[in-house]
Amino acid sequence: MSSPDELAGSALFDRLTAAQLAAVTEAVREVTFAPGTRLFDEGQIAAGCWLIRDGQVALETAIPGRGLVVVQTLGPGDVLGWSWLVPPHRWHFSATATGAVRALQLETSQLLALADADPALGYPLALGLFEVLLARLQSTRSRLLDLYGSPRER
Amino acid sequence: MTGAAVLSRAGLDELIAALIAEGYRVIGPTVRDDAIVLAELGSGAQLPSGWGVDSAPGRYRLRRRADEAVFGHSAGSQSWKEFLHPSQQLLWSADGDGFSPARDEPVRIAFLGVRACDLAAIAKLGVVLGGGAHPDAAFARRRAGLFVVAAGCTEPGGVCFCASMGTGPRPGPGYDLALTERTDAQDHRFVVDVSSPAGERVLSGLTRRSANGAEIDDARGAVEDAAAQMGREMPAIDLRQLLADSRESPLWANVADRCLACGNCTMVCPTCFCTTTQDSTDLTGEHAERSQHWASCFDVDFSYLHGGSVRVSGASRYRQWITHKLSTWHDQFGSSGCVGCGRCIAWCPVGIDITAEARRLAELREASGAGEEGPDEQS
Amino acid sequence: MSADIQSTAAAAVEHDGGGETMLPVPHRVTGRREESHDCVTLRLEPCGRALPPFAPGQFAMLARPGVGEIAISISGDPSARDGSLTNTIRDVGAVSRALCRTRPGHVIGVRGPYGTSWGLDTAVGRDLVIVAGGVGLAPVRPILLGALAARDAYRRIVLVAGARSPAELLFRDQLADWAARPDVAVELTIDQPAAGWDGAVGFVTEPLAQLRLAPAQTVAFVCGPEPMMRFSASVLLSKGMAPGDIRVSLERNMKCGAGLCGHCQLGPLLLCRDGPVVDYARAQALLDVREL
Repeated sequence: MSSPDELAGSALFDRLTAAQLAAVTEAVREVTFAPGTRLFDEGQIAAGCWLIRDGQVALETAIPGRGLVVVQTLGPGDVLGWSWLVPPHRWHFSATATGAVRALQLETSQLLALADADPALGYPLALGLFEVLLARLQSTRSRLLDLYGSPRER
Repeated sequence: MTGAAVLSRAGLDELIAALIAEGYRVIGPTVRDDAIVLAELGSGAQLPSGWGVDSAPGRYRLRRRADEAVFGHSAGSQSWKEFLHPSQQLLWSADGDGFSPARDEPVRIAFLGVRACDLAAIAKLGVVLGGGAHPDAAFARRRAGLFVVAAGCTEPGGVCFCASMGTGPRPGPGYDLALTERTDAQDHRFVVDVSSPAGERVLSGLTRRSANGAEIDDARGAVEDAAAQMGREMPAIDLRQLLADSRESPLWANVADRCLACGNCTMVCPTCFCTTTQDSTDLTGEHAERSQHWASCFDVDFSYLHGGSVRVSGASRYRQWITHKLSTWHDQFGSSGCVGCGRCIAWCPVGIDITAEARRLAELREASGAGEEGPDEQS
Repeated sequence: MSADIQSTAAAAVEHDGGGETMLPVPHRVTGRREESHDCVTLRLEPCGRALPPFAPGQFAMLARPGVGEIAISISGDPSARDGSLTNTIRDVGAVSRALCRTRPGHVIGVRGPYGTSWGLDTAVGRDLVIVAGGVGLAPVRPILLGALAARDAYRRIVLVAGARSPAELLFRDQLADWAARPDVAVELTIDQPAAGWDGAVGFVTEPLAQLRLAPAQTVAFVCGPEPMMRFSASVLLSKGMAPGDIRVSLERNMKCGAGLCGHCQLGPLLLCRDGPVVDYARAQALLDVREL
């Protein structure tokens, strides 16, 4: 079990009231992963969301001929896993702890139940997740721009 | 104008001869190719006696005057900048591991017939090219060796607006001698004002007489009257702020429909100073040279960076030119860049009028309500 | 105003065409190091007279006779007083390619120093956050070298550097040395997945966003492609930094470097004189205007 203070710093929850935060805290617990632990596999049913506290998690996919390719790493402060919120509720990538990882694990089935029961909690939670997603999208677009590429390549 | 003198028409010819005798190249107006051009004069006979100019947006024609005035015309396509800041010059050559500065032969130049607008333009070039932390030494030398005979304007040209830019029609500081030409049935004379020891010395060698009070008043009055006869004016507002507020104005798309980005305005403008460099070698590759020539911000590759240009659209390039001229020149060099000579208006093939565009920008700003509470501009 | 005839004559005799401002000063290449497939660091020493010392952030105009001249920021130790210069050049065009291909012993022309500096001296007693993207790491290296040489004058020092791939990270040995120091934090990240890299994969703004900052105590130095600087500044502003405490290094076409050719304008700024280092309070509005 964690305290509401641990969650308060995260953008995911900063729209929740104190009461809502306390309710959500019931669905959170601290976990650790040894280096090399596979947290989830691409294609599996998506359940779980993690606020990483220490260490690094690699999101990867297997490409025949290239092997396991890391498309994104996440570190302290990052949110791992949002495929649980909307259909098809399956992981799009695999996630592996590249070193020792400490994280806050959210029981997403509990969160979903809380949100269904109380839309006043569900909405700010969804907004928090959206904000994280948006930042991730912008960074990904920045990488697509290939800003460090040379004019000779264009 | 205390101690003013009067030169006759013959006296003007004497002045030219005297300057030539002292080793000056005398540059002044003459008629060539159906226009008033600035060229080296061999004598006063080459002055454009009796020639006037009709100018309007996109139009320039010579016309015959009823009198034999030699300064009875307004600015031609060139300005005096060609002689201080040449359109082409060698900077250095390199052989082996050494760099040698270019040597051109030392020349003293006299300008004859510099209007107030052009005098102000020379001063502005002096700030840009001579007043910074890294001056252009060749420009500074040419300017230091100048002898300037200014001409007060008594008949503004069709595109002139120096009065509203505060640069004329009376010549400001920067001349050795200033002439105000007066011609009527009786007389063709030049009332002379002296402003330097060199001017005093040259004048003292000429046939002249003292000007009387009436002549001095008449000369001064004629120039003052000219101020009231300008055919156009820049709106009397803070142009620097206007352009800073107008970066997203709808005007730019409108101008872009008309502007050809030909760059004529930058070539004829007496204050446009931008240059580019060019490198070359001989066939062996052992001897290399670098030269400098005029460039225009209307060229697409003026703003080339990282494989492409920053200002690609014609709209952005027009915006750059007018904004620099009327607004950011203040930030960079402490004054406006425009002297109101009107050349850009006459020599624009589609007749774009910088004063009309400024007026339109002000109207659009007013209409959008972006006046006082406009976009934050920090400079 | 004209001068008296006598002195004019004297001045006219001993003159030269371009004057000192545009005349390159010969420097010999004494060191050359390939940083990546298209970046080379050159060490230059004066053949004769040396130029005044360069401050971090300032640039030189480097000339290869017959090819051209370009503006390159210094990338070396700012405390060097022997007249030597270090510049890191990326091969993106004819002149940069010619410069990258020089070898020890070759002579090139140098003019400078030009431009504004990063102003490390005004950041004394504060946290330094240095954000670099791609070849932008080169102009900020002198900040790190200068700050580490007087480490106690500054509080935290954090470097966040992004590159396209591990092979394109510049100064890798030095980055490893800095990362090993307990008094410097180094966050590296790459844009594209790469085999054999076990570090962070993501855009440079991602580790930047995760930094805990004391915004009022921090000065940020940001250098890289313009969109990367805008995005990084946006992250720093969202963390509560004042725009005046964020310094960016801007770039435009330069033909003279000395305020005479008019090319490097960005609105009211002449980047060779009012930049390349500009604080974001001044730069932000200008960078937001397309085709300015």
